Amino acid sequence: MSNKEKHWEKTRGLMILTLSLWFFFGYLIFMFGESLNSASFLGYPLAYYMCAQGSLLAFVVILFWFANKQEKIDEEFGFTESEDD
Amino acid sequence: MIKGKFIDNLPKIYGLYTGGFLIFIILMAIAEQAGMTAKTIGIMFVAFTVLIYALIGWLSRTVQVDAYYVAGRQVPTVFNGMATAADWMSGASFVAMAGGIYFGGYTYMAFLVGWTGGYILVSSLLAPYLRKFGCYTVPDFIGTRYGGNVARFCAVVVLTLASFTYVTAQINATGTIASRALGIPFELGVWVGLISILLCSMLGGMRAVTWTQVAQYIVLIIAYLLPIFWMSNKNGFGFFPHLMLGDEVARLGELEAQFGLVKNAAADLKSAGVPGGLKSISLPHSGVPAGGMAAWKFISLVICMMVGTASLPHILMRYFTTPSVKAARKSVAWSLFFIFLLYSSAPMLATLSKLQLMDPNLATSIIGKSISDVQSIQWVQDWSAAKQVFIADFNGDGILQLNEWFMRGGVVVLATPEVAGLPYVISGLVAAGGMAAAMSTADGLVLAIANALSHDLYFKIIDPKADVQKRLIVARALLIVIGAAGAYIASMRITSILGAVAWAFDFAMSGLFFPLVLGVWWKRATREGAIAGMIAGLAAGTAYLIYVGPKFMAMTPWLGIDHLRFGIIGAPVCLVAMVVVSLMTKEPDKATQAMVDELRIPSGKTILGKQH
Repeated sequence: MSNKEKHWEKTRGLMILTLSLWFFFGYLIFMFGESLNSASFLGYPLAYYMCAQGSLLAFVVILFWFANKQEKIDEEFGFTESEDD
Repeated sequence: MIKGKFIDNLPKIYGLYTGGFLIFIILMAIAEQAGMTAKTIGIMFVAFTVLIYALIGWLSRTVQVDAYYVAGRQVPTVFNGMATAADWMSGASFVAMAGGIYFGGYTYMAFLVGWTGGYILVSSLLAPYLRKFGCYTVPDFIGTRYGGNVARFCAVVVLTLASFTYVTAQINATGTIASRALGIPFELGVWVGLISILLCSMLGGMRAVTWTQVAQYIVLIIAYLLPIFWMSNKNGFGFFPHLMLGDEVARLGELEAQFGLVKNAAADLKSAGVPGGLKSISLPHSGVPAGGMAAWKFISLVICMMVGTASLPHILMRYFTTPSVKAARKSVAWSLFFIFLLYSSAPMLATLSKLQLMDPNLATSIIGKSISDVQSIQWVQDWSAAKQVFIADFNGDGILQLNEWFMRGGVVVLATPEVAGLPYVISGLVAAGGMAAAMSTADGLVLAIANALSHDLYFKIIDPKADVQKRLIVARALLIVIGAAGAYIASMRITSILGAVAWAFDFAMSGLFFPLVLGVWWKRATREGAIAGMIAGLAAGTAYLIYVGPKFMAMTPWLGIDHLRFGIIGAPVCLVAMVVVSLMTKEPDKATQAMVDELRIPSGKTILGKQH
């Protein structure tokens, strides 16, 4: 397998992992909103909290994490951009 | 000129700008104490901020193609994040979102999740690859990846349809705010709004829009957060409302039980003469509605908004302006961070606003009070006169019940500071913030359409030999034509702000999501497949919209998929058509496959040249 193919395979793996986290915070928890709401966080009912702040914050964190991870992958295979590109 | 130096000095320049704006707020507060009228303060706020944006627009004028289309690809990560956040957060987000939560509670908050989570799709599937591609517009990618003018043309059609649906709502919002702040009729306000929008974009294209959007973000975020923190502290709900309103949310639940959540019958509303668009609270604030259908309605709305986000060209094109692929990814994260600051505050504003009206322990409360007392309150009189609030004593007991108090959604943002007894300077600030939010989004949208028509339709399809000067003249002329068309439609007042905004997401996801994503992720995707996908997806989505749309055939939605969610029908049709037709046609040639390989790595030159 060429360098490019390996790079793409890892990139795709990261994409799938990122989208799994996205699915969890964006959809899965809201399928159980009713039962989730009996728990609480910071005094807010949990389902309410997740769609007011929790999931939103999770998305921000996932995006920064994803950007760093992908940079590492690019470095590993030598595809980092040079400054003058 | 100041270019290189300008980029290096950005933090200083915008730091000074923010400081200047805060000083302006303080000066206005002093002027208010000295006796300046509310009306003058409103005019000062809107006029001052719009003049600053116009000045930035003029300073950013350019005659270079890459500066005009992609801001010279040198917008730093964090600043592009702010510009995207302003581009993204529309008049609807600013004015209507807290109101939506006020009335819809948890059910409405599907929009919050949907309008943020889409950025994960943007970053992981699209933005970095489109940046590497080096396109000027979204159809530029479709046209080059799949080849041929038909694919390019289809993409232009979807882009225009989605963005135009969106832009009329934005011009409508600028018109509403301009007319209220400046005290002019709505029809005139729309044209004042349009002129402000064009001042920001015409001379400098993407470059000018970028630097005005950063300025607009600063204004809108200050205008949104300042009143929330102030009110929360004034009422003693907590120093940091986002973390400390748990008790207040619980209290709302108690009050809802005490007053009762009653859904008024349509006939009652009609006989009492409640003006259209005004609503009363009938849904719980934090309660989750029971049943699988309710969960599906929540989730299907989230799907549409997320996938729509990742297909909206005015957002994708912001990531064409970063200096590198790496910066594009980081920039998406910063964008969502800046969006998060406002979105996580909207539920807090709705909570504060509701509690102020409902909690009998607060001096500001009106629910459960005698109607004649309520009608003597100044803000109730003002907003009643503007037909924004309404009281209907259904049971004739002279006491204002929860289901007898009607408001328009926008009132939550626009009037809450007044209700809380904050000085008028805050209301003026909020008007300036709403104006900034609507203008920045309208600018991004008008530019997205005009760029697609001038670059893809005019230059690439009609007249490929046109020189730079001619191209930029056409681009600017189109900007005026599209803006004017949007303003004309907005002045006819056809749709409510939110209905139209959700449709834009559905149109974009029906026609563009899969052609874009598969263009990067599936080498086997062919030109014929992409064309079939775009046409079939858009046609299916539109047909379904006409079938269920309340203003069209108004048929019963299938599986709860109503007119806000028609992308759920369009996008899968697009995917199936695209995959089937792609597999039936000959696989893309070697050159195209090599292009896709090249697109997938960050290093090396962009696929399309710097000037093309």
